[in-house]
Amino acid sequence: MRLVILDDYDLASEWAAKYICNRIIQFKPGQDRYFTLGLPTGSTPLGCYKKLIEYHKNGHLSFKYVKTFNMDEYVGLPRNHPESYHSYMWNNFFKHIDIDPNNAHILDGNAANLQAECDAFEKKIKEAGGIDLFVGGIGPDGHIAFNEPGSSLVSRTRLKTLAMDTILANAKYFDGDLSKVPTMALTVGVGTVMDAREVMILITGAHKAFALYKAIEEGVNHMWTVSAFQQHPRTIFVCDEDATLELRVKTVKYFKGLMHVHNKLVDPLFSMKDGN
Amino acid sequence: MRSVLVPIVCFPGLAPARPVPWTSGPTHRPSRPPAPHPLECSVEDLWVRGGRILDPEKLFFEERRVADERQDCGGRILAPGFIDVQINGGFGVDFSQATEDVGSGVALVARRILSHGVTSFCPTLVTSPPEVYHKVVPQIPVKSGGPHGAGVLGLHLEGPFISREKRGAHPEAHLRSFEANAFQDLLATYGPLDNVRIVTLAPELGRSHEVIRELTARGICVSLGHSVADLRAAEDAVWSGATFITHLFNAMLPFHHRDPGIVGLLTSDRLPAGRCIFYGMIADGTHTNPAALRIAHRAHPQGLVLVTDAIPALGLGNGRHTLGQQEVEVDGLTAYVAGTKTLSGSIAPMDVCVRHFLQATGCSVESALEAASLHPAQLLGLEKSKGTLDFGADADFVVLDDSLHVQATYISGELVWQAEAARQ
Repeated sequence: MRLVILDDYDLASEWAAKYICNRIIQFKPGQDRYFTLGLPTGSTPLGCYKKLIEYHKNGHLSFKYVKTFNMDEYVGLPRNHPESYHSYMWNNFFKHIDIDPNNAHILDGNAANLQAECDAFEKKIKEAGGIDLFVGGIGPDGHIAFNEPGSSLVSRTRLKTLAMDTILANAKYFDGDLSKVPTMALTVGVGTVMDAREVMILITGAHKAFALYKAIEEGVNHMWTVSAFQQHPRTIFVCDEDATLELRVKTVKYFKGLMHVHNKLVDPLFSMKDGN
Repeated sequence: MRSVLVPIVCFPGLAPARPVPWTSGPTHRPSRPPAPHPLECSVEDLWVRGGRILDPEKLFFEERRVADERQDCGGRILAPGFIDVQINGGFGVDFSQATEDVGSGVALVARRILSHGVTSFCPTLVTSPPEVYHKVVPQIPVKSGGPHGAGVLGLHLEGPFISREKRGAHPEAHLRSFEANAFQDLLATYGPLDNVRIVTLAPELGRSHEVIRELTARGICVSLGHSVADLRAAEDAVWSGATFITHLFNAMLPFHHRDPGIVGLLTSDRLPAGRCIFYGMIADGTHTNPAALRIAHRAHPQGLVLVTDAIPALGLGNGRHTLGQQEVEVDGLTAYVAGTKTLSGSIAPMDVCVRHFLQATGCSVESALEAASLHPAQLLGLEKSKGTLDFGADADFVVLDDSLHVQATYISGELVWQAEAARQ
């Protein structure tokens, strides 16, 4: 496991974006060789998306040969509802880049048969050759995607009922009206993410500090589903200083001491203009 | 058939995200009464297909399609095309002249006002004898806009059922009142009303309420103007169906604090619930004092409709011109009766009015643009298709630089006019 600690949210976002950019370019994607990227929603990855858009607008990065798979979507929320993850992805990422709409996959929370939708999603991932890099964020309770505390650590894409904490936290996006907040979601499983060749988890802010502690300093535990990635051969946690507040000094110092090594992953930043 | 999508960069970061539709989608969904939500500008692409504004998110997720074509607007402002609901002529053409070929005159004006950002208009006839109406009205049908010119939304008939005292430049000899068969008399005067969209009348005339009800029942907008009505009479006219005030302050009783007259409609609390009264404003810097403009705007910003009320001298350039029986001297944006300092009518193009309005009132750019687009569309009940960049609306829009000078005009997604500089 790698833990990359940056001073603040902006630097953490930029580091993550650079990493994704370099991974895509190093992969040398092409017509017969698509890079597959797993993507999160929520407030944490916004800064990272902004930087990726910037690289694209400046001509350094193209998503023409990238396939994306989103982690989750609410059930029963209209696709064009401002809080749907379709709207999120469109407004914060897809409309700004050159991805082919046929390559942008998001679970359909309004499908007639929800389990069939989930199974089809797993199948599409498999057909795309698996996920090269799954980017995720976590909740304060350590959930990854909508794998709330107690989720099986080998779970696959499925229908989940949301934890009351999540529903309450979401109420602010639905006029504070609990009855309007979706109570179910489709989500990739912990096992689905574990299958990715590489996983990058973004964790920023003091309110996520305890979750980061549970994720990396204690044992694998289904009550903190993100801790499962201790078992993944290539996981990279990208966080800011605030998120390290609950970690041991020793842990922080150790990983900070490795920053000069980790920074080589993003420096230099590659560009498609250079013919890479 | 291959559909063409033209995404265009719009609104260079003037404000944070638009409400869900002028995005948002253009998230701007005016309703009646218009909610006090001025549209906001944001950096956004405008997508067009088949002459209408398209929801690109729907296209992405449902049709899985991308744009076939992209046009770089260079970060300029995109706004709904302007709508002029009161224009008497221009470029030497007088809509009220009963010639054999009225159509070509209207076509000329329609084409030339594209450069002012006007994408649709209501050709306006001033008080005329019945034979003129009978000859002219059938010759100006409602017509879609295009490369040939701005669309004709229907005629605005200003008079002859107006006040003798407040007739202004309207010929006294042709003024009329409503006789025993009020509406039949109006029909006899105008002839068939198929091409008519707005009628300006004075509500204090006897039997006017009957006429207002008949007109509004036919979907014709009734405007109050050239009138000595007091506030009570004006309010009663609104209850009968009137929704518009013709060139506020001009040709009506001046504001008086014990009887504010028609002007008082702007803040009246005796109007039908939820009704928005619209009022025309000539913001050319001459016909309405900027202070008066500000008073009206601050009292009732949602109802303000910019009109040019332009006379045939519009667009003729400086110097002396013969228009009908009148000699007119044009000096910049002012037209005088030749040899005098008497104003002969307004000649400021719509884009000039928008800029003047913005500067005089200090309102937001969005508000200034809405006064020339959304508000007239709402007045005519066309706000779903015109005066907005909402998804599904007609792709009639203008490209403006930061100082609101028109760079290009589009109708149904087609470029119909472009500034010289932009062509290079």
